Amino acid sequence: MKKRISFTLNGTLVEKEVEESAMLLEVLRDDFELTGAREGCGQGECGACTVIIDRKAVTSCIYPVMEAEGKEVFTIEGLLGKNNELHPLQQSFLDNAGVQCGFCTSGMIMAAKALLQENPHPTEEEIRHGIAGNICRCTGYVQIVESIKKASEAVSK
Amino acid sequence: MEELFVGKSFPRVDKDKVTGRARYINEIKLPRMLYGKIFYSEYAHARIRRIDTSKAEKLPGVRAVLTGASIPEVRVGFIGDQVPLKKDKVRQYRDEVAAVAAIDPDIAEEAVSLIEVEYEELPAVFDPMEALQDGAPLIHEFDARGKPRRNNILPLPWKLETGEVDKARAASAYVVKDRFTTTWVHQCCMGTSGCIAEFDLNNNLIIHSQTNVPFGGKDRLDMFLANLGIKGTTRVLTPVVGGSFGSKLDTDIYEYIAVLLAWETKCPVKILFSREEEFKACPPRQPIIADIEQGCDKEGRLTFRNVEMILDNGAYTSWGATTPSVMMVPISSLYRVPNVRYKATCVYTNNIYCQAMRGYGNPEATFPVECSMDQLAEKAGIDPMEFRQINANVPNETSPMGLKITTCPLKECLSAVKEELHWKDKQGKRNGRGVGLGSLIHVGGGARVYLSDGQGIILKVDDAGNVVVITGGTDQGQGSETVIKQMVAEAIGFKPENVFIVTGDTDICPWDVGTHASRHLFITGHAVIAVCEDAKKKILALAAKIMPGEIRGIFAKQAKQDPDFTIPDLDYSVVSDPNNLDIRNGIVFPKNDPDNKHCQVPAVRILRKAHMVGNGKGEMVMSEVFYDPPNEMLNRDGKGNLSCTYTFGAHGVEVEVDRETGQVKILNYIAAHDVGRAINPMLIEGQIYGAVYMGAGYGLTEEIKVVKGKVMNPDFLDYKILTAEDRIPIKPIIIEPYDPEGPFGAKGIGEPACVPSAPAIANAVYDAVGVRIKDLPITPEKVLAALKEKEQNK
Repeated sequence: MKKRISFTLNGTLVEKEVEESAMLLEVLRDDFELTGAREGCGQGECGACTVIIDRKAVTSCIYPVMEAEGKEVFTIEGLLGKNNELHPLQQSFLDNAGVQCGFCTSGMIMAAKALLQENPHPTEEEIRHGIAGNICRCTGYVQIVESIKKASEAVSK
Repeated sequence: MEELFVGKSFPRVDKDKVTGRARYINEIKLPRMLYGKIFYSEYAHARIRRIDTSKAEKLPGVRAVLTGASIPEVRVGFIGDQVPLKKDKVRQYRDEVAAVAAIDPDIAEEAVSLIEVEYEELPAVFDPMEALQDGAPLIHEFDARGKPRRNNILPLPWKLETGEVDKARAASAYVVKDRFTTTWVHQCCMGTSGCIAEFDLNNNLIIHSQTNVPFGGKDRLDMFLANLGIKGTTRVLTPVVGGSFGSKLDTDIYEYIAVLLAWETKCPVKILFSREEEFKACPPRQPIIADIEQGCDKEGRLTFRNVEMILDNGAYTSWGATTPSVMMVPISSLYRVPNVRYKATCVYTNNIYCQAMRGYGNPEATFPVECSMDQLAEKAGIDPMEFRQINANVPNETSPMGLKITTCPLKECLSAVKEELHWKDKQGKRNGRGVGLGSLIHVGGGARVYLSDGQGIILKVDDAGNVVVITGGTDQGQGSETVIKQMVAEAIGFKPENVFIVTGDTDICPWDVGTHASRHLFITGHAVIAVCEDAKKKILALAAKIMPGEIRGIFAKQAKQDPDFTIPDLDYSVVSDPNNLDIRNGIVFPKNDPDNKHCQVPAVRILRKAHMVGNGKGEMVMSEVFYDPPNEMLNRDGKGNLSCTYTFGAHGVEVEVDRETGQVKILNYIAAHDVGRAINPMLIEGQIYGAVYMGAGYGLTEEIKVVKGKVMNPDFLDYKILTAEDRIPIKPIIIEPYDPEGPFGAKGIGEPACVPSAPAIANAVYDAVGVRIKDLPITPEKVLAALKEKEQNK
């Protein structure tokens, strides 16, 4: 059954007919062609599909799309500036090698973004807790934690 | 002259990845594309009596349903022991029995659920030791050539013998013997397996494949097409891949199935695994049973090593069965052992079959070797650190297997670990805290496992000053794009931002054997140096012709603008000879007077001037090389200099063991690695951190639970990958002996850091509480059981 839904997506109010049983991830990828969030497990366990809804990081692969009604949804695509300027987190992931294969990166950066919104100066422990739901198989997390830490310092400067 | 780019922690160039724009197989969609789905076996071992696909075929939106009966019987795989869709018999739960192509993934899934198969269950065997017994159920009644088989042993008798083991054993002062076992672990790439296959109107196959061996994949698929009677050739396109760790070396069965569906439907067909499928049907690292015996003399010098190994091959054969070729390296040559015997037997069972995973057998082999080293040190009454120092490999020595070791800082690695871990203060306390060691040797200069270990590179320099590098190598996340830019910029004398890399297309890119064996940087580096040398020579030849005129022109212009300007008196013969010239940062200059501003001309001006001449004699700079390193294939006795150079390392771990819960906590982790030369220290650290995490998972938490052939934990809830909160404080130490065989002195580092983690942890657990866990992973249950047993035996 299709149903109409309206929510704010990366700062713009959008309306769409969607399959009401769909998960938000499918709708973002298939209907809005925002493919930065990816399915790594489909069960909310790996975090590759993380987006921000009303300032909270959520795994969009198990988030029923109809629950997004009236909410503010932010995806990795919303981080890029008008003239393609990288967000400090994105730049920091490049500068500090917080990215390797990149599959988890969108979700990881969005989890970090949600964390920094809540807590602009997190400790290492807080960062590790903040991304505990995001699995990365490449990096051993060290340079991801560093990327987030340095981005938080850059933003606060 | 000081290097500008090599040796620097250059930032990663992956803007597409941090903005979500990178295109993995998940993002590729083609017009008319169908979605393929596979129906897997419901038994570990059974005869297929009947397959009913009629309901699936009738489902609206289904375009094809294939079974073994509806396709030609074409064998695939390393020794041809399977067909893509199984016809008469299933031999494991992941056996592909039927496949569907439909207009969307949901319909494909529904269609698969409508397929009905009738089986006649057969006696199965899941224990490789039982599979070896007379009368065990035969997994394969016939081999690929149709010859009857009498047992479950693979026709791959791995053997290596050097020196006189029996004599050495008799002469040893101390001997230890034990059995060590490891289990299945999964590569767990964050991006699951997937591909898209399509045929053009001339019957050529175009496959978007996540392979790290595009040309090997092309070979296999070309043969598949030929055997199907399709007169076409294969073009492999590789998207960005979400990790590999060995899982993208072989052509997988789902890829052959996608090809069959695409041929049947004449549409592009995409197959993308769910995570559950990934755990069940993407072959993992193979389990081993290793019996190891080692001896030393009174001074602690190793006298012999004898290893006998059984590998659970599962039902079919992929690269897992060839890992003993790499296991030979640590078994024969980790530490100086004069007498070595190694025998490995791969056995068919009704379990899931296995393939390559980071280290290619080395972590499995190093686990028994390094645990046994500690046992022997204890028996000989020598500190484990000192014992390893006594036996450490040294530079410029040929190991009994024939490995020609060039640089070898193993002793330095051990010393660094000793110091950083405060070994002396912490070892031997048995107070719940302990320290443990593990070392490694791995190929660091390619590995000739095929007749060619080469790579081709084409390099174009355009008249806008950009360098385009076309290479057959692939990246799986390690950062080759970043380091190739650094190396090209250095070698040709341009800026990294002017270097562009084209890869991922077997029609465009020159041949490469594949990104395996930690070889990419080593082989590509050599190819880069050679191709850049040639291109630079060409640019400088043009410069010698053009520079004098250019410089005169600049002077004339300046004199015109500024009446006070006096034209310098230059010896133009200097810049007229290419041998006197060099390029740096895109500027051509005389070597004997590099800072003279008057003699510097941007390379782009020269390139433009050489091209746009208007008289039919324009020139552009293009170069190509094919680099095949001077390493050797192993001979029939398993001997030979497999790699141009070997890399070494030592890990030291401090753990705390909770006697109540059996939990092992890593307090400190030192990873000292010989890298030859660090082209990009930050990226090397990234390889070390990531591999140590993977190695620690292998040691402590990771395990595919296979019960009677069935994968019981196909998700991240039950398959425990370490997360950011499982904090392991890793300190990487990079040791740079500058290897004369390496490009810019470098050796490979992709795999090594996951090799010694598990034994280092096992040794630390023993040091902490006096129990030795000989079966991976070292779970709290096993530690508790061992502690209990120790208590009872007191």
